[in-house]
Amino acid sequence: MGFIEIRNVSKSFGQVEVLHNISISVERDEFLVLVGPSGCGKSTLLNMIAGLEGITSGEILIRDRVVNGVHPSKRNIAMVFQNYALYPNMTAGQNITFGLEMHGVAKPVRDRSLSAVAKLLQIDHLLDRKPVQLSGGQRQRVAMGRALVRNPDVFLFDEPLSNLDAKLRVDMRKEIKKLHDKLKSTVVYVTHDQIEAMTLSTRIAVMNHGHIQQLGTPQEIYNTPANVFVGTFMGSPAMNVLPVRVVMHDGVPHACITDSEDLQQYFRFSQDNLADWDGREVFLGIRPEAITDLDGADRNSRNLARLRNRIGVTEPAGSDTFVTMTLGGRDATARMRADVTVVSGDVFEFAVNMEKAVAFDPATEERIKP
Amino acid sequence: MHAVSQDMSVRTGRIARAFIYLALLIFALFYLLPLLVMLVNSVKPLTEITGGNMISLPEVWTIEPWLSAWSTAQIGVEPTGLRPYFLNSVLMVVPAVAISTALGALNGYVLTKWRFRGDNILFGLMLFSCFIPFQIVLIPMARILGITGLAGSTAGLVLVHVVYGLGFTTLFFRNYYAVFPDELVRAAMIDGAGFLRIFWRIMLPVSGPIIVVSVIWQFTNIWNDFLFGASFADLDSMPMTVALNNLVNSSTGVKEYNVHFAGAILAAFPTLVVYVVAGRYFVRGLMAGSVKG
Repeated sequence: MGFIEIRNVSKSFGQVEVLHNISISVERDEFLVLVGPSGCGKSTLLNMIAGLEGITSGEILIRDRVVNGVHPSKRNIAMVFQNYALYPNMTAGQNITFGLEMHGVAKPVRDRSLSAVAKLLQIDHLLDRKPVQLSGGQRQRVAMGRALVRNPDVFLFDEPLSNLDAKLRVDMRKEIKKLHDKLKSTVVYVTHDQIEAMTLSTRIAVMNHGHIQQLGTPQEIYNTPANVFVGTFMGSPAMNVLPVRVVMHDGVPHACITDSEDLQQYFRFSQDNLADWDGREVFLGIRPEAITDLDGADRNSRNLARLRNRIGVTEPAGSDTFVTMTLGGRDATARMRADVTVVSGDVFEFAVNMEKAVAFDPATEERIKP
Repeated sequence: MHAVSQDMSVRTGRIARAFIYLALLIFALFYLLPLLVMLVNSVKPLTEITGGNMISLPEVWTIEPWLSAWSTAQIGVEPTGLRPYFLNSVLMVVPAVAISTALGALNGYVLTKWRFRGDNILFGLMLFSCFIPFQIVLIPMARILGITGLAGSTAGLVLVHVVYGLGFTTLFFRNYYAVFPDELVRAAMIDGAGFLRIFWRIMLPVSGPIIVVSVIWQFTNIWNDFLFGASFADLDSMPMTVALNNLVNSSTGVKEYNVHFAGAILAAFPTLVVYVVAGRYFVRGLMAGSVKG
């Protein structure tokens, strides 16, 4: 039994069902990230765990206790909001201890908890300031302090970093990760940023249209996406999803793909259960880093294919150079080492690591499992 | 070429500015003129006014009209001056303003942070009360005051003004709280604060500007109200405005214009003070809620 059990939970607003029969079991000390595009229902699900939204059907348990209808303050949870939601009329210190005060904790105990949390988050010197006198990053820390001081069973984060600028976001991300490693707490974290999801989580639930698309470790999600949506949503640049025809050759399935010169190229599939698909179309899912220059290719791969193709656009990003080309009639992105000379319009020899490729059923867009 | 055209624009800007200030000055003087006439004549002996010299400064300065208006002038049949009625007005205005503002704040809080089915319809209906002319409610209100036994008392007037002002105060607070982030209320809920505690500790402390708006608005409306005061007050609960009318309309003896002027200024004085003290918050508060809502 998980620390948080979400069982067959649905949510409707009037006639519109926004969450469909969601079940997730979150283990103790786990860092679960709910990720998905806006409107996928991830924040609604978080609010339901917090008790800020009612549950239409199903049940949610925290520490073996059904919390449907239990008031947010009695669930022993703490929440960090996207806009920090600091009380503007109180100082940082009062903001942090407000919850303890409401729960009737005595002043000396409150002060002790406050100083411990302030030290942990390095905000000792800010405690007498009002929120308007704090920078974005400092407000973020105070908001985290308000959550930490309660010593709750569960931390809920609702896009806590999306109001910060890019550099600060990366710093705070690391900070949150460090805190989780140190405090070993159970976290449910909502974000639309797939990099945050990958870096922070122990497990990810990818959501879309009120359904869980895939629930798994970051590696599972990244390497073996359950469907086209997960493959393209997770990872930047997105996974290439290219229409190919399956051709059996000596009993081994090959992907027949049209290159930029309208010639047929054959790549051997690493999975061998595609005989049923002989002569039919599938989607080949391949990440940009699996298409690269010959020297940059993974030497341990047992299935490297070569591809001569014309370079479309080049985008030097400093650490890598991204190359866009036409493959299978669509735009495909390749990721090259930065010191490789690539010139737009030239024909270039790429290495395609088919070991990393996945195949999707074009009708259902589900992955064809090996 | 560029510098020249810039210079030109600066010069025309200055001329336009001078024109604007001149216009503003003329308007300001125009608006101040009645007050000036009132002030000048309130410190003149009556003979100077009846002599036909209303605009010029007094030849003999006197505060006698002020003293008379305040404490000895004939109001109806009693030579009490305006003093007891001033007190009546204060006793009516203070609770009426306090209660209507407090209820408006509570209404605004519920209508924005504790939404319920039909809340917008309810708000619309309350807003509707802002557009009902006073005269329409006179008879039903008289009936209600009769039934409750509050007719002719200060408490009755307080009730009338609270009910009538509720639409406005609710509108003010509802629009002000509409832009107040919901997450703050949610955070406070998780922190364990209840309905009233959130209102008292989180919402009210940031409501300063809109409280000022509500207080000024209610204060001026209730203080200046004549119709309800004339309709529902007894002799011993009559507000200042009605007493002023009785002072001016006394048909016995000579018309003491200087006393009337002094009385009128006395009647207008509290609202002037409220505007001067809190006026700058008024504009700020009115703007605050108006961006969204």
